[in-house]
Amino acid sequence: MIEVSNLVYSYVTDDGNNEQVLKNINIKIEKGEFVAVLGHNGSGKSTFAKHLNAIYLPVGGTVYVDGINTADEDKLWEVRSHVGMVFQNPDNQIVASVVEEDVAFACENLSVPPAEIRKRVDDALETVGMTEYKNHSPHMLSGGQKQRVAIAGIIAMKPEIIVMDEPTAMLDPIGRREVMKTIEDLNTKFGITIILITHNMDEAVKAKRVVVIDSGKIIIDDTPRNVFKNVDLLRAIGLDVPQVTLLAHELRNRGYDIRDDVLTVDECTEEIYKLCR
Amino acid sequence: MLRDITIGQYFPIESPIHRLDPRFKIMFTLAYIILVFFADSLPGYIAVAAFSFVVVRISKIKLSLILKSLKPLAVIIAVTAIINLFFTGGENILFRWKFIKITQTGIVSAVNMALRLIFLVTGSSLLTYTTSPIMLTGGIESLLSPFAKIGLPAHELAMMMTIALRFIPTLLEETEKIIMAQKARGADFESGNIFHRAKALIPILVPLFISSFRRADELATAMECRCYRGGKNRTSLKQLSICGSDWAALCCMLFFAAVIIAINILDVRLMGY
Repeated sequence: MIEVSNLVYSYVTDDGNNEQVLKNINIKIEKGEFVAVLGHNGSGKSTFAKHLNAIYLPVGGTVYVDGINTADEDKLWEVRSHVGMVFQNPDNQIVASVVEEDVAFACENLSVPPAEIRKRVDDALETVGMTEYKNHSPHMLSGGQKQRVAIAGIIAMKPEIIVMDEPTAMLDPIGRREVMKTIEDLNTKFGITIILITHNMDEAVKAKRVVVIDSGKIIIDDTPRNVFKNVDLLRAIGLDVPQVTLLAHELRNRGYDIRDDVLTVDECTEEIYKLCR
Repeated sequence: MLRDITIGQYFPIESPIHRLDPRFKIMFTLAYIILVFFADSLPGYIAVAAFSFVVVRISKIKLSLILKSLKPLAVIIAVTAIINLFFTGGENILFRWKFIKITQTGIVSAVNMALRLIFLVTGSSLLTYTTSPIMLTGGIESLLSPFAKIGLPAHELAMMMTIALRFIPTLLEETEKIIMAQKARGADFESGNIFHRAKALIPILVPLFISSFRRADELATAMECRCYRGGKNRTSLKQLSICGSDWAALCCMLFFAAVIIAINILDVRLMGY
C-alpha cells in the first residue's frame, strides 16, 4: 500500500528560482490496484513516480510504502525491493549481456541464495513469456522483448508494487501490445499493484483507476469512464482522450443522444448502432 | 561495416570449451599468450597452429568467424610485418636497392611477428567468444579477489567490464545511426585527406558522447532501483565450480606447454651443433 500525504517537491534552478514540480499531492493506493497516471510532458508525473521508491525524497510531506517512510535511510533497500520500477528505454536498464543473467541482477544484489535465484529467474521469464530467449543477448531482441526482459528483472525481485514510467513510449505497436498484455497479466494473475505512468490514452483505459496530474497537482482521480467524460477539461490541459470517446463527445455536441462515457470501440459501435435504429 | 567488429562478443553455443571454468580459461589464455612468444621456430608455430585449430574445432566456433575477427587487425599485422621486414639488420642480404635491404633474419622476424599477432588475436577472441561476459567478469573478480585485501576494487572493475561489454553493440548501433543522420544532412566522411576525415568525425563523436552520458545516468538509476549497492554480500546466479573437465583441460594445456618448451630446447640444441 502506498500513502502519499502533502507531497511537495521543488528544486533550485540555475538562475536561482525555486521551481515547484509537485505541489501538495495526496493519494492512497491500495494493494492490487491498477492505477494509470496521466499528464503531459513536464506535468510532474515522472517526478511523482520517482518518489515512490525513494529515488527522489520529498521536500515536504511524506511518502509511505507498506508502512515504511521512504525518507528513512536505513530502510532504503527495503523500499526499493518493495517497489520495482521499469523505465522508458529498455536498452538503458539492461545490465548484463545475457537475458537470464540480467534477470538475476536484482536477486544477486539482494543476496538471494543461488538455487532460489535460479527458480525466481525461470519463473520471471515464464511470466513475461521470454523463457525461450533466456540465453540470448539482449541487443538481438526487439524493443518489446527487451522491455519484457526488463520487466522480468523487476519481477524476480518479488516486489509488491511495480511503477512503470512510460514503458511503451519507445516501442512499435506490436511491442506495445506485448508489454501492455504483460502488465495486465501481472495485475490480474499475480495481484501485483501496478502504477502505470503514461500519456497514451488507450493504455490508461485498461487501468481500473486514472489519476490526472497537471502542473504538479492531482486534478482528477477516478475510474477511466468518469475521467474521460471530461473531454474539454482534458484537452484544455494538453491531453488527448481515446478516439472513440472523442467521437461520441463530438456527436453529443452536434445534438445526438449518445452516452458520454464511451471507452472502447465495441461500446462506440453499439451506441452508434442504437442511434441509427 | 561497424557490425563486423566482433571483439568482446559472446556466442552462446554448447561446447566443452564453453563449459570450462572461466578462471581456468583466463589462466589458459594467459599461458597461451606466453607460449606463443616462446615458440619462435617453424615446428613451434606448427604446434601452436595445430593446438589453436583443435581448440577452435572443439569450441564449435566457426573458423570464418575467427578470420573475421582478424580482419580489422589486418592493417596492423601488415604494417608490423613490413617494418620487421625492412628494418631488421643481419647478414645474408638477399636483396639490396639503395638504402633498402632485405635480409634473411628480416624475413624470418616479419613472418614471426605476423604469426604471433594472428595467434594472439585468435586466442584472446576465443576467450570472449566462448565465455559469457558475466562468467568472464566473475572469473576476473575471483582471480583478483586475493588483491582486494590490499585495496584493489575487484568487484568494481568486474562490474565496469560487464557494463562496457554489454554496451559495445548498443553504442555501435547508435554510431551507425548518427553517421546516417549526418550523411543525410550532407556530411562527407569519405573524401579529403586524413586530417579532413578526422575532423569530419567530430560531429559523430560529440552526440555519441552526450548520449553515452545520458545512458550512463539512466542505467545508474535503473541499477539503484534494482538494489545495486556494490559488491558486498552479492550472490550469483551461476556459481563458479571446478569440475573434472577443467582438470582434464589443465592437463592438455600442460602437455601443450611441454611440447612448446621441448621444441624450443631441441631447436636451441640443433642451432648449437
